[in-house]
Amino acid sequence: MIDRNSPVTEDELHAYVDGEIAADRRGAVEAWLASHPEDAARVAHWRAQAEAIRAHYGMIASEPVPARFDLDKLARGARSWRAVAAAAVIAAFLIGGVVGWMAHAASAAAPSRFDTFTAQALDAYRVYVVEVRHPVEVTGGERPHLVQWLSKRLDYELRIPELEQSGLKLVGGRLLPGPFGPAAFCMYEGPSGERFTIYYARTDSPQTAMRYREADRFAAVYWVEHGLAYVVSGPADRERLLNVAQAAYDQIDKGASQGRP
Amino acid sequence: MAGFRQGIESAIPALRRYARALTRNAELADDLVQDTLVRALRSEHLFHGGDIRSWLYTILTNLNRNRLRALARRPALQAIDDNDAPEMAGPEAGARDIERALASLVEDQRTALLLVVLEGLTYREVAEVQGVPIGTVMSRLARARMQIKAYLDGDRPALRRIK
Repeated sequence: MIDRNSPVTEDELHAYVDGEIAADRRGAVEAWLASHPEDAARVAHWRAQAEAIRAHYGMIASEPVPARFDLDKLARGARSWRAVAAAAVIAAFLIGGVVGWMAHAASAAAPSRFDTFTAQALDAYRVYVVEVRHPVEVTGGERPHLVQWLSKRLDYELRIPELEQSGLKLVGGRLLPGPFGPAAFCMYEGPSGERFTIYYARTDSPQTAMRYREADRFAAVYWVEHGLAYVVSGPADRERLLNVAQAAYDQIDKGASQGRP
Repeated sequence: MAGFRQGIESAIPALRRYARALTRNAELADDLVQDTLVRALRSEHLFHGGDIRSWLYTILTNLNRNRLRALARRPALQAIDDNDAPEMAGPEAGARDIERALASLVEDQRTALLLVVLEGLTYREVAEVQGVPIGTVMSRLARARMQIKAYLDGDRPALRRIK
């Protein structure tokens, strides 16, 4: 417990201004301010800043809400979007191109997480897939260590699937700087040397269906589940890549449901 | 889910206020609010209780971050945001000052400060919106306040020299 009379910290001064100071420290802060004019002046300045901000922007919340924010109208747009999205996901496995187009339409306004993560993953793919001697930092032979290390850095219990059924052997993995924090990157290799990678990054995006994107000779499949974004990248062979992604997804999903009873 | 809709509806005025202060541009702000609402409605099935308002602030904050990131890739467009209005005198100048002082902040600091002083969120709520520990929120807040003070005390790089 903090001594009632211990020196007041900078954090406490802010908490005092913002009404977050613990009740039993309020008196101490007030006494401190009475005897420390420089801190009192700072606190007064912070209050004046807050006042100026509220005075300048406060009245916007009292304006009548413009008609463009009619929720029913916006929801109709949103619902039809979801219907299209659902249909597209089903169709994607049958007809080429639909999901690519959907993803493009959905991200036309701003670079979405989909854009950001797939671009990152494909960049990493291009860089490391051609690497012969040092494609990974930790090899697939040290799988438990790899899982533990990457999970720790992402602060997320990662699942690194076994893709032997798809003819792919785990080469290993590495840590990457992602757009919003560290990302994990695992590489797999097929019998003829073709390589696939799985990129993992934490995200606050909601769960999504799988999306496919092609860039040059490479392609990526992206999805989000339980706060983690996955991007499976490989050569631009749509059917093969979707199969690999599906196999990875199934294993991660299965592992997750075992891990979470 | 009528409660869900209602929760969103009643948050719109505050979202507009927050977006305006974040972007300092009425049109951009309302576009952000609309994108936020559309995204929220689309994700209704993902919302499992909790505070709708915080959730909406989170969506808006993230959308704005994406927007700034896109802008940063096109540096030519960035200047339009803040510095295009002429210098004014009188009480208008004071209002203008706080707007520019806010513009001089790093995005994460601006977000933290506005969520606390304008939107009245608790430190804990801001930590959730920004996805960082409370200690980080507090240091953003402290740095924002220091920077605004420095700015208002006359330490204005670039802006003064341009005029």
